[in-house]
Amino acid sequence: MKTKKTREREHDMRKYLISTVAASALALVLGMTSVRAEDAVDPNAKQGGAITITYKDDVATLDPAIGYDWQNWSMIKSLFDGLMDYEPGTTNLRPDLAESYEIAPDGKTFTFKLRHGVKFHNGREMTADDVKYSLDRVTNPKTQSPGAGFFGSIKGYDDVAAGKAESLAGITVVDPYTIKFELTRPDATFLHVMAINFSHVVPKEEVEKYGADFGKHPVGTGAFKLAEWTLGQRVVFERNPDYWHKGLPHLDKITFEIGQEPIVALLRLQKGEIDVPGDGIPPAKFQEVMADPEQKARVVEGGQLHTGYITMNTTMAPFDNVKVRQAVNMAINKDRIVQLINNRAVPANQPLPPSMPGYDKAFKGYPYDLAKAKALLAEAGHPDGFDTQLFAMNTDPNPRIAQAIQQDLAAVGIKASIQSLAQANVIAAGGDKAGAPMIWSGGMAWIADFPDPSNFYGPILGCAGAVPGGWNWSWYCNKELDAKAAEADSIVDPAKAGERAKMWSEIYGKIMEDAPWAPVFNEQRFTMKSTRMGGADNLYVDPVHIPINYDNVYVTDVQ
Amino acid sequence: MIAYLGRRVVQSVLILLGVSLITFALLYLLPADPVRQIAGRSATPETVENIRRQLGLDQPFVVQYWHYLISLLSGDLGRSYIQRSEVTELIVSRLPASLLLMVGAIACEVVIGLTMGLIAAVKRGTATDQSLMVASFVGVSAPQFVVGLLLLYVFAVRLGWFPIGGYGTWRHLVLPSLTMGILGAGWYARMMRSSMIDVLRQDYVRTARAKGLARSAIIFRHALPNAILPVIAMIGIDIGIFMGGIVVVESVFGWPGIGQLAWQAIQRIDIPIIMGVTLVSAFAIVLGNLLADTVAPFIDPRIKLR
Repeated sequence: MKTKKTREREHDMRKYLISTVAASALALVLGMTSVRAEDAVDPNAKQGGAITITYKDDVATLDPAIGYDWQNWSMIKSLFDGLMDYEPGTTNLRPDLAESYEIAPDGKTFTFKLRHGVKFHNGREMTADDVKYSLDRVTNPKTQSPGAGFFGSIKGYDDVAAGKAESLAGITVVDPYTIKFELTRPDATFLHVMAINFSHVVPKEEVEKYGADFGKHPVGTGAFKLAEWTLGQRVVFERNPDYWHKGLPHLDKITFEIGQEPIVALLRLQKGEIDVPGDGIPPAKFQEVMADPEQKARVVEGGQLHTGYITMNTTMAPFDNVKVRQAVNMAINKDRIVQLINNRAVPANQPLPPSMPGYDKAFKGYPYDLAKAKALLAEAGHPDGFDTQLFAMNTDPNPRIAQAIQQDLAAVGIKASIQSLAQANVIAAGGDKAGAPMIWSGGMAWIADFPDPSNFYGPILGCAGAVPGGWNWSWYCNKELDAKAAEADSIVDPAKAGERAKMWSEIYGKIMEDAPWAPVFNEQRFTMKSTRMGGADNLYVDPVHIPINYDNVYVTDVQ
Repeated sequence: MIAYLGRRVVQSVLILLGVSLITFALLYLLPADPVRQIAGRSATPETVENIRRQLGLDQPFVVQYWHYLISLLSGDLGRSYIQRSEVTELIVSRLPASLLLMVGAIACEVVIGLTMGLIAAVKRGTATDQSLMVASFVGVSAPQFVVGLLLLYVFAVRLGWFPIGGYGTWRHLVLPSLTMGILGAGWYARMMRSSMIDVLRQDYVRTARAKGLARSAIIFRHALPNAILPVIAMIGIDIGIFMGGIVVVESVFGWPGIGQLAWQAIQRIDIPIIMGVTLVSAFAIVLGNLLADTVAPFIDPRIKLR
């Protein structure tokens, strides 16, 4: 069935390619998108039942404009919907609250047709006005949304961000079921942006009713609605019986228990008291779990959009010399570091993680070669190495990893002293141009906001991030690559997605020549579940709904 | 008495003001930027500056502190940066759990500690005394995490007598209270022992013994009430400490107390929560001391409040 779908899509894309008239493109996109969402329901799924999930930290807020945490990210996705979403367990975009969309040939106008009959949890029907309101709200400075910047390509964003306008000029409600976005530049990531939590649709009357406490009283269109929230103890979701997506969700109730240490959560899982430990398997228990066949059978492993890397400050001597940076890349024994964390990762040779479009499988990267590294250092005028500092976060396993890096560097003569600090202090040092020569990114490393190669560039490798307080801790700024990145992101036509991914591969290849980073590993995700949990494995390591896809999983022990 | 209380209240207010100023200044001087924590990694510089402006964190220190004090006077502890809820609401929601654990823990500490101290004092110099004192020393120095997990593993996981963490019934309360009791009892035992030994040396005890009173009557009726005074002062201090939260035990047992709230806030530089919890716990310490001092004359008539 899946292959048939893929074939249909390929067919559609080919047609898109030959069509020059926007209207015919619309017709096809319509045909392509309207049924697929319903198709995703697992025919074996059982309906009903309740599960319990634990988390160590409090759930902060469930306001989609604000929430940006490990715990609340996926919860918000289950309470709210956006115009776009991903096929469960994958990174394939598909329309969600939208029924279809149309992209103008210039890539600057996106028109979405909304589903009819979608209701908020308060019973009112969701319309295009709500979509517009939600985006005006998230970009309004008073909302203090950490995600406001994602909407920078919408016409009128600058005025709203500056407080000069209340409403984004580029969004037009054509009719209650049609909404049009005009952008200031072609933006290939725009459909992803319409899938990110910050663009999820909220009802104006509820936001106004609760004001700053809307995040404690969330009302959306999602598969679940909030039934109970006892601060610091538990959050309970119950099934939304009016959910527009027929057949979903499978579960009647999800209880999130808060304040549980991962190690205690594991004990409770072994006793069958809980279904999923939300913070995963505690590192200290990992080998024990994997050595026990009965427990190992309940572990699901998957990739995640994550890269752990060492940044080298390209504005500080001796890291202003590309040869020194390349030498560091060759000096790091990545396999040993991966072993150090119980093989919970795969060695990396480029910034993008393997599951991201644009990842270059053929790219070999820098080999682990001490002799070559020493030769490069000698060429750079440091035959005996030099003294430097390596910053790292002070929570396990990061100090251990930093020590391994320290030893590797010592083998080629680089004497790095370790600065093991609290997360906020490392971030502060990285954002200061003269702050940190080298940083091990662990614990703060980049996990993509959405599955698109551009997401690994701008803030962490582009010129825009090389500013005080920014996240480009290498302070690497290559104007040429910035221009190339902008060019790649202006390729909006889905048919040219392959071409665009290739451009991004080239960009990251060029970055690796300049070597502002030494990529170390891509973390794997390991989720554990109780025996009664059902559903495809990829729902438990969903790349977008982290840690699991609450809407699509089910329990096997009902009726 | 009233003049004494008045003076103590004024002192207490000044102490709290001092605590608020010092904490606020320390948080202000922190090399890390709370706004970056709020804004997350994808925020543009404009977004970061906007959030800073909205929260008033672009203002000079004196202005920020002044604003904080003004709201504080009206009972407003502000809104959490990360959780976006009223700090008062967050603390109040965790207060019952913290108070309950405090009562349970202090009860365990006092019962275990006083018993040990009393026996040790009476059996002074014997092997019983020595082993009790070693036990109290071990208790005081044992890591909370280890004791907590050990009790949890034995009594909850293996024997299944108690739930594996959580909050709600008296059964949930037993293990965390016992953990705190085992760990804190040593202090009480040592204090009780030395205080009791002092009292047992007094002339009136010798007189009582000379009168031919039973040993138990001497210990419980004559000596204990006088020996217990420093213990009451210690309970006062303990109340304050417990109100600041017992981070480790709360984490191990998933106990929704103030300690967890404070710990999470510290990790994420959520200044309003850190300030709020600090002030509440400082307030509890001041109040606990005040109560202990006020109660003292009722137990020992020799003490006069001036």
